[in-house]
Formats: sequence, C-alpha cells, structure tokens
Amino acid sequence: MSLDKFQIAKRIAKELQDGFYVNLGIGIPTMVANYIPEGIKVVLQSENGLLGMGPFPEEGKEDADLINAGKQTITTLPGSAFFDSAMSFGMIRSGKVDLTVLGAMEVSENGDIANWKIPGKMVKGMGGAMDLVASAKNIIVAMMHTNPKGESKLLPACKLPLTGVKCVKKIVSDLAVMEVKDGAFHLLERAPGVSVEEIQSKTAGKLVIQGDIPEMEF
Amino acid sequence: MKKTFNNAEEATQDIKDGAVIMLGGFGLCGIPENCIAALVKTGVKELTCISNNAGVDDFGIGLLLKKHQLKKMIASYVGENSEFERQLLSGELEVELVPQGTLATRCMATGYGMPAIYTPAGVGTEVAEGKEIRNFNGKDYLLEYAFNSDFALVKAWKGDTDGNLLYRDTARNFNPLMAMAGKITIAEVEELVAPGELDPNNIHTPGIYVHRIFQGANYEKRIEQRTVNKKKEA
Repeated sequence: MSLDKFQIAKRIAKELQDGFYVNLGIGIPTMVANYIPEGIKVVLQSENGLLGMGPFPEEGKEDADLINAGKQTITTLPGSAFFDSAMSFGMIRSGKVDLTVLGAMEVSENGDIANWKIPGKMVKGMGGAMDLVASAKNIIVAMMHTNPKGESKLLPACKLPLTGVKCVKKIVSDLAVMEVKDGAFHLLERAPGVSVEEIQSKTAGKLVIQGDIPEMEF
Repeated sequence: MKKTFNNAEEATQDIKDGAVIMLGGFGLCGIPENCIAALVKTGVKELTCISNNAGVDDFGIGLLLKKHQLKKMIASYVGENSEFERQLLSGELEVELVPQGTLATRCMATGYGMPAIYTPAGVGTEVAEGKEIRNFNGKDYLLEYAFNSDFALVKAWKGDTDGNLLYRDTARNFNPLMAMAGKITIAEVEELVAPGELDPNNIHTPGIYVHRIFQGANYEKRIEQRTVNKKKEA
C-alpha cells in the first residue's frame, strides 16, 4: 500500500532531532508538526517572521495578526519570537535553520528541485522556496512519486523551471524513502507492501538499490 | 516637524500616476488597508507596486488590480489572486517575481544605505538570468540591487506622532523594512499616541524613517485562511 499524505508526514517526523530549528513548507510538510516525536524539542520557523509556532487556534481565538507562511491562523508557544522578513531569511541564509521540508513537482537525480512554475499555465511565484533551498543545510522533499497522469516525478533532469540546484538531500514519497547523492536516488526504505520493482518502474531517474530494502516503520 | 495627517486621503494625495510604491504586509496580514482604499478612491494609475503578495481578488492590492491601476507588480508569491494570474498570462500586467528573502533584503539594503546585496537564492534558475554571479568561499551568489521607491506604505500596531512604530505579531513582516526604504514613508497605525507613551526599548522602526503618520480607521483585518482546532466535544 502506498502511503497517504498523513503517513508521509509521519515518516518525515522521524527525521526530527532534539533541538532542531525546522521550516515546514505548505501542504504535507505543514502536517509534519502533528507527529513530532515525544521527548524531543523542535522549534518551528515560519518565514513570515516567527520562531516557536504552535498549533492552530481554538475556534473563536483566531487572530488576523498571527498567521503562518501559508496564511493560516496559528498560535505561539512559550519561548516564541517575532521578527521581520529580512531577519527571517537572514537566519535561513546563514544556516541557522537545521531542516527544511517542502513539496516538489519534480526532483532530479542530482538533487535539483522544481516547484514554483508551470510555463503558460501556473504562475504563483516562488515565495521563500528559492531562498530556502539555496541555503538550507538539510532539505527533505515530501512528494507523490508520480503525477496524476502516472508519470514519474523523480527524473534524470527536471523539465520545469528550477527552484534550486543540487540541494535535495532526501525524499519521502508515497512509495519510498530515498537519499539523493552522487547523481542518483538511493533507495533506503519502501512503503509497507510496495515492491522494489514498483518503485523502480515509477522512478525515471537513476535509482540505486543496494541489498535488502526494508519496509518503513513509523 | 509635523508628521501627522488626519487620514489616508490626506497622507497619500501627492501619489501620482506612474509612482513606484512599496506596500507592507504578508498575504492580508499587516497590509496598509486605509492607504490602499485611498488609492482606489483617487484612481491613480500606472503604479509599480513592490509587495510580497498581490492581495486577493476583492481585498488588499487585489482592489487596485481590479481597477487596472497597476502597470507592474514586483512580488514573491501571487497565488491567491486569480485576477492577477489572468492579467499576467494575458500580458496586461508586467510582473517581476523575486524570491521572498531577496525581496526583503533588497528593501533592507535600501534602508541601510547599501546599493546591492549578494544572495544564493535563485542561482542556477531563471531568476539568475542576466545577473552578475560571484563566487565567495566556493559558493555562487547573485548580485541583487536595492530598491528605489517613491513611497512606502506601511501598517503598524502603534505609533507616536514623531513616527516611532511598533508592530504586532506576524503583522510585522515586510513593514519595518519597507518603512526604512521609502523616499517618503507613510505609516498608518491602529493607535496613534503622544511621544513618550511608547517605551523606547520597544520601538521597531525609529521615527527618522517615517515621514507621515495617521491613525487608521475601520480596520477589517481580514483572515485569508481561517484554520482552527475544533474544540473537543464535552
């Protein structure tokens, strides 16, 4: 069975370590916050100017002045801090943020990522994604292995306009966990019940399979 | 030194056709609602707007778009506005998409008196086309220029009549940076107080950067994505 988006978020949460400052992108990455392992402290950075982001507010306690980068109403946790957008990207650029999790339309075998534009069709803009991928020490991409047409999103080279080059370190898809290094996707884990052959058939870029590939654990 | 104005109409009356204006805010959070409403009312045209987002179809900068008052938009993310996407794809509107950190830092550079910055954001992408690339310590960086703008329109929580400003929560975002960057900076505040009423330790934007200030009225402070945790059933 391929993973649903909740399970992808849950698997990514296993990558979190105590003391990490983490930036979570819009969509599945945001959901990672729901699965932070017990006993560790992670501080969430929202690039619109907040460290120490908390859960969504209770009904009736929404505050228009307190939102995340996806424009959703949120709360703060004890120890949080507000700052302006230049300082926010200053901490990203200077490598203070330990982990960035974001979505992608395409990833290439050398770690390039495309997630901001489909020429002639969709022009939403890059937001903070280009700044994040250009500077983050560790980037995990949360994505579906294939697009709705069934075509692989893990490619020898991206076809869409790039967001950043040689930056993706790890991918958690609905089918597999892969490390991106030395110009290839290295298969680390497979979704429960998903065969290595299926992952291979849905990966257009170079896939390295070494030894027995274990099933993911949550 | 009189910086105070009665309202947005008075404070923005010399913004003419073709002006380059910065507008603070992230999404609809911390946007200068009163100033935008005043510009919609005067109908000033051919504006170049520098702002992180372009509002939504019926609020924020979206109101200026709907009346075709913009010539050019410089922003990082415009996905919330279908009229924007339509004007962009049809070629009616000139658009420069800028990485968000680059946008913020180009504003900061202006306010700090620096002509340009180097940033890694956009290296190897179409953002880098035509730009100077320089390698520092083995990594490539793009040269990006500080912004020139005629006016900066910002929104603060509290301000005093000397122009000192204090922002609230994530409504701070681009506001202090743009306040520093405007040739003429116009600040609208929810609460305007006398000098001395704000603690000097807590000033986010010193009044030297602010040329005009007024107390705004009828703030809607619209929420773009109202998201809540449902209360547990009793």
